[in-house]
Amino acid sequence: MRYLPHSEADRAKMLATIGVKSTQELFDVIPDALKIKEPLDLPATSPEYAVEAHMQALAGKNHTGGDGPFFVGAGAYRHHVPASVDHLIQRSEWLTAYTPYQPEISQGTLQMLFEFQTQVAHLTGMEVANASMYDGSTAAAEAILMARRITRRQKIIVSGGLHPQYRDVLKTYLTRDEGLVCRPPNRQGTARIIDEVDETVAAILVQTPDFFGHLHDIEALANAAHEKGALLIVVVTEILALGIIEAPGAFGADIVVGEGQSLGNPLGFGGPYVGLMATRQKFIRQMPGRLCGETLDAQGKRGFVLTLSTREQHIRREKATSNICTNAGLCALAFSIHLSLLGELGLKKLARINHANACKLADALENVPGVSVLNKTFFNEFTIRLNTRAAPVVQALADRGIMAGVPVSRLLPDEGELSDLIVLAATELTSDEDIAALVSTLTEELS
Amino acid sequence: MSMNQQGRPTGIENSTNGSCEGAALLPMEPLLFEIGATDHSGVDLPDVELNSSRLGAYERQSPLDLPGLTEPEAMRHYVRLSRLNYSIDAGLYPLGSCTMKHNPRLNEKMARLPGFADVHPLQPVSSVQGAIGVISELGEWLMALTNTSAVAMSPKAGAHGELCGMMAIHAAHTANGQAHRTIVLVPESAHGTNPATAAFLGYKVKPIPANSDGTVDVRAVEEALSSDVAAIMLTNPNTCGLFEPDVKKIADAVHKAGAYFYCDGANFNAIMGVARPGDLGIDAMHINLHKTFSTPHGGGGPGAGPVVLSQALAPFAPVPFVRKNGQELELVEHAQGSQSLGRLTAFHGQMGMFTRALTYMLSHGGDGLTQAANDAVLNANYLKTRLETVFSMPFGAQHCMHEVLCDDDFLKGTGVTTLDFAKAMIDEGYHPMTMYFPLVVHGAMLIEPTESESLKALDAFADTMLELAGAAKAGERERFTSAPRKAPMRRLDETGAARSPKLKWVKPD
Ligand SMILES: Cc1ncc(COP(=O)(O)O)c(C=O)c1O
Repeated sequence: MRYLPHSEADRAKMLATIGVKSTQELFDVIPDALKIKEPLDLPATSPEYAVEAHMQALAGKNHTGGDGPFFVGAGAYRHHVPASVDHLIQRSEWLTAYTPYQPEISQGTLQMLFEFQTQVAHLTGMEVANASMYDGSTAAAEAILMARRITRRQKIIVSGGLHPQYRDVLKTYLTRDEGLVCRPPNRQGTARIIDEVDETVAAILVQTPDFFGHLHDIEALANAAHEKGALLIVVVTEILALGIIEAPGAFGADIVVGEGQSLGNPLGFGGPYVGLMATRQKFIRQMPGRLCGETLDAQGKRGFVLTLSTREQHIRREKATSNICTNAGLCALAFSIHLSLLGELGLKKLARINHANACKLADALENVPGVSVLNKTFFNEFTIRLNTRAAPVVQALADRGIMAGVPVSRLLPDEGELSDLIVLAATELTSDEDIAALVSTLTEELS
Repeated sequence: MSMNQQGRPTGIENSTNGSCEGAALLPMEPLLFEIGATDHSGVDLPDVELNSSRLGAYERQSPLDLPGLTEPEAMRHYVRLSRLNYSIDAGLYPLGSCTMKHNPRLNEKMARLPGFADVHPLQPVSSVQGAIGVISELGEWLMALTNTSAVAMSPKAGAHGELCGMMAIHAAHTANGQAHRTIVLVPESAHGTNPATAAFLGYKVKPIPANSDGTVDVRAVEEALSSDVAAIMLTNPNTCGLFEPDVKKIADAVHKAGAYFYCDGANFNAIMGVARPGDLGIDAMHINLHKTFSTPHGGGGPGAGPVVLSQALAPFAPVPFVRKNGQELELVEHAQGSQSLGRLTAFHGQMGMFTRALTYMLSHGGDGLTQAANDAVLNANYLKTRLETVFSMPFGAQHCMHEVLCDDDFLKGTGVTTLDFAKAMIDEGYHPMTMYFPLVVHGAMLIEPTESESLKALDAFADTMLELAGAAKAGERERFTSAPRKAPMRRLDETGAARSPKLKWVKPD
């Protein structure tokens, strides 16, 4: 087997040194009845080319984003990743390092995390960010638990504009209590949750741009929350939006969580992605996840270490702020490299292009008979309403090679009145030809 | 000094200024914020006119303050930083419990096929049959290797898998009218994520002491069991590197008491293809694909933690899961109307890790995986034999599984701590082993070589370890307490970092 260095002679020599006759003897502690008697019914060792053929065949059954016009978003976005990002993250020293528990020989990872934390803080307008969570949805769940620890209150009000799968994750994480109040999905983005905030509320959680694409008045929400001693949690699933829309921190958000996939990370059928979490300095001891901090070495040189680990499971065990251990390190690296390549200049331009393409798409779809655009505001994603059920139309377009977006019914099958909606995204990869193809095919399908 | 005909020196002059520390190839690198500039960019993009904006009143006004790097600057920055890291590709990485094995590059190549990398999780299911096929095939392998009947694929890492398994247990108890069970038994040797997970779900953690031989005391488990106990969380092989010989007895006692057996499968590498957890009586077990199945650790993640489930827990598995309908693969994405515990993450889990893990499994085959487990255990026992004359091993009377546990007894009287010893290993070119874990032995050193190390590599490592131990005993305390001296950095002040946390770069005034 090409990954196993021992020859039979090596093995024999080692067994002799240990003083046993066979490797089997090393497993004597496992009762015989519990051992596998016959070889498992699994394929045998395979050469690289055979494995490659097998995987290629599976990959070949998928319609890729590059195969045709593509408008699918809803929490994961098809952006271009510069070639240098993927090259760099495959360097051995990034790819095959462990968590930086020995800082003297992990300064690469640690400095990168310090830079990542700073970038996320600047992007969200917050004072501090952690070294990543699994993804946006689990970061949102951790944020509501964090808000409860800070306020010592239980009630969480979740806006109807939250991505339905995020909402489901929150519900799963909080199966044990009644404190989670999820507002019904709100396609127009106009519901007023402000009126529901009272002194029992730990936090209100709102997504902007929301699942349907609407932008929200974060400042009004923050003020309403703070007036009652509650926190405001803002969720951003398309982090690129913050290149052109105001940072939640500038409006008074207390915790900002996000999905960072859009920068540096491919769609990859849903993962691995990178969860972002940022907050105020005064809340850091209630934050979950790893934090990297600056310090000095024994000779006074600047260096970086994982810090405040008394919040974490490996030190605090059952009193930890979270059970998270492994996070999204390499995806955070990809995010950080892509963002430093873009810089402020590139990020703003990229966000503008996304917005401009989405505006073009919306204008074009507005002219399709049987289609109306619901949004007054959006970034690169919005919702259209058809004069018929959306899912069969999306399927028909897919069968014709066009990925037309996500029918809302896929995520909210029980909301009958939303079954005519499609959420569509445009990015820098959306061309005028793609839009024209969608418009003409959709026109045909609807007539 | 002699010169050649061009007048070039041919010899080496005696160096006057001491040792060479390799610093020329390891320059310290300034922060991105110190080298980048907000008017630099490494991405060329057209300027577009926004005829009409739909941003309403929300256009960004506050500064971004994000420096950019052109591509050559970025290459320098990240290549230079990378060189300050240790990695498996560069050397033996004996972190016990972490299974730092070789990460095959074929895995990387396969994960990057556009058919996997450039597909969206919410495309119509008919357009992603191959991607769902990967999830399904990998699940089949995991079930075959563990002899279980269901697997939850979506957990994002080991700790997330623990959450998944314990939530399934909670859901099962609730469904069976047993919601009053509020205690979870956790052996003292357990990884921190185990008690943290139990507490996360509101359970009370009751620690179970270890026997003097490092295994769990069955009698202590039996005594702790009651009608209030929801589950035991047991690691097997355990964190002392030992197989729990009474695992079946423990499982039976737990089941008899109406509780479930959660197994932490972080150490599955030792027994894959040798014994199947399903035969040991487990109800749920996470498998860290980033340990046992070679997906890279990436400096701290991402991982993947699928959870295999017994028949008793299968109905409570989270969504999404794959269902076969003739030739078609379907994704069940909603829990409504079922007993499913719900959804643990947006989308379908760590697909990029699935393609890598499946590639790894196909490469090895069933026989190769068994051989890998055998070699992992052989390597650990070989190191144990080579080290045991000098190193103190609290549970050393028996063979170990895939990792060998030492304590700091052999350092008594030397003034050298486990931490000092670890830092001195760095000066010899090695990443240290896991330190101070498990908590059940004093000054723990947990060494896991994995199957990826050759005999020569193991011998070289053992020689270094023995030489270091000899030096400690010979009174060379200073060599340890001042270590590392040859790393890019001397010892870092972690206490100072925590006292006044500086968690981001701040522009100097
Ligand atoms: C024994 C044990 N259990 C659980 C975990 C947690 O796994 P993860 O880091 O993937 O969340 C680890 C790994 O660090 C471990 O070693």
